[in-house]
Amino acid sequence: MRLLTWTVLAVGLIALLAVPFFPQVVYPIFVMKTFCFILFACAFNLLLGHTGILSFGHAAFFGSGAYITGYCVKYLGWPTDLGLLAGMLAAAALGVIFGALAIRRSGIYLAMITLAMAQLVYFFYLQAPFTGAEDGLQQIPRGTFLGLLDLRSDITLYYVVFGIVAAGLWVVWRTVNSPFGAVLRAIREHEPRAVSLGYPVARYKVLVFALSAGLSGLAGSMKAIIFQLAALNDAHWHMSGDVILMTLLGGMNTVFGPAAGAVLVSAMTHYLDPFGAWVTVIIGLVFMSCVLLFREGIVGKLGKILKLNTNFQTDAAPAPGRLEKSKSEG
Amino acid sequence: MDFFGIPIQAVLGQLMLGIVNGSFYAVLSLGLAIIFGVLKIVNFAHGAFFMLGAFVAFMSGRYLGIDYWAALFIAPLVVACIGIVFEYLFLRRLYGLDPIYGLLLTFSLVLVLEGGFRVAFGSSGQPYPTPELLRGVFNLGFMVLPYYRAFVIVAALSVCLATWFLIERTRLGASLRAATERPDLTQAFGINVPLLVTLTYGAGVGLAAFAGVLAAPIFHVNPSMGSNLVIIIFAVVVIGGLGSIIGAIVTGLALGIVEGFTRVFYSEFSSTIVFLVMVAVLLLRPAGLFGRTEA
Repeated sequence: MRLLTWTVLAVGLIALLAVPFFPQVVYPIFVMKTFCFILFACAFNLLLGHTGILSFGHAAFFGSGAYITGYCVKYLGWPTDLGLLAGMLAAAALGVIFGALAIRRSGIYLAMITLAMAQLVYFFYLQAPFTGAEDGLQQIPRGTFLGLLDLRSDITLYYVVFGIVAAGLWVVWRTVNSPFGAVLRAIREHEPRAVSLGYPVARYKVLVFALSAGLSGLAGSMKAIIFQLAALNDAHWHMSGDVILMTLLGGMNTVFGPAAGAVLVSAMTHYLDPFGAWVTVIIGLVFMSCVLLFREGIVGKLGKILKLNTNFQTDAAPAPGRLEKSKSEG
Repeated sequence: MDFFGIPIQAVLGQLMLGIVNGSFYAVLSLGLAIIFGVLKIVNFAHGAFFMLGAFVAFMSGRYLGIDYWAALFIAPLVVACIGIVFEYLFLRRLYGLDPIYGLLLTFSLVLVLEGGFRVAFGSSGQPYPTPELLRGVFNLGFMVLPYYRAFVIVAALSVCLATWFLIERTRLGASLRAATERPDLTQAFGINVPLLVTLTYGAGVGLAAFAGVLAAPIFHVNPSMGSNLVIIIFAVVVIGGLGSIIGAIVTGLALGIVEGFTRVFYSEFSSTIVFLVMVAVLLLRPAGLFGRTEA
């Protein structure tokens, strides 16, 4: 079984590395966009799956990453690497603000507060002079990475994006499997006990908000560089809904389940595009059956079937239905 | 006459528009608050049912020749039945789980409904005629008020008051409130709580559909007419206090007026002021303006 896992992973890695050389098989820009969503969903899941906090405002971080990077690179003439960094840090700073305000409540109220704040951020990008309102921030130059790699070439860009996303996912994995991640799970499972054990729960929550927001921002930043565009729908609440959908579809009790969800949603929107408005209906139906039939998500379900107890599963606790018995603050 | 340098006519005009919008908010957030109170589910599909109501009125007018006045009764009934089926088949399975799942299931219903109507009718709006009887305007001297808008305000507020009366002053309402507090005990007294819950969902989305029919002649009937509205309605209900009936009505109307005033001074911000108010209210009075503070 172990051997099989490693073989699958190795073949997958080789396939991903080969992507830019076979544009007729799979469109590299589409794969890069999917990478961005993978990072976005996994970062989002740090909050939902690992800390038990539902944020309905993550589009604000994704959109901020895109707009700030676009602004720095296009109007301030910063190199692309610094632009990405700026986008990530801006999103993380926004995450601190969101977190500090939102964690005064929990459950549905918390989700609503993040939603309200994300709407304020959306309004800012709609009105701010540099964003081009409905047209979006267009023609962002791709520039060079670290002054060496010319990102105008899709092939180079592909490997840079691949590397950054891999690094981002490593940060997520490292966070989950660290003492910090263990405290987050303690907060998720039983917050009063975490408090009584002396953990500064509020500080942990703000920190994980910042981390999740920063990585989401990085995903948005890369999307802005790839498409050379930062648009309003990056910051629209639909994006917040989409990332919840990806995470739940993939499995929120796993580290990389959301990645599978992101691939699925991204592939559905890409390949079902010829069907026009039917895409929304199909995604809605898939999502509906997911909520009703397998709440542990695709990867969670697969893991249960295969009894795959490698690093896909974060904890030995019975994964499915964890949220089901959780306290309902209302 | 000026009001901070702005002609009084403009101010009153926006105020009237604010009251009309506020009436829609009141009816919609009332339904949302009732559903949340009884089912403990945040009905994300409320805007979609609002849209469905408008479309049922539009389609029954075009294909069956049913006029506005009949549609005003038929559309909410049809939509309530759809809501009851949805509750009975799907939503019911999620009771007792984390409220997040109810939110997500209704969110996916939005995708299906909005996508479905976009497939059938396209994204652009379909006009719906104002009923013959209500064409024309009151000339109040300082401003003109279309009959239809006045009718919307009166109809919306009467429905709100009737619902409030039903819940707070009748025997049925008493059972409903009992079922909200202690479903197990209420069941033990011989009241069919699951049936009550199903009917509540139907009534809640029926209210949304009623607002949809009212809105049909003012806005164009289009698949995404409810999608941004639902976010505002959420804010209204949270500001009023989740589950509070009177809070939802009063806050809905008040926020419509606040929006109207904002439009006078900084029109771009009018669709966002609600969220600023919401953040402020939640920080100062976490349970909402009319909500009871939780233990």
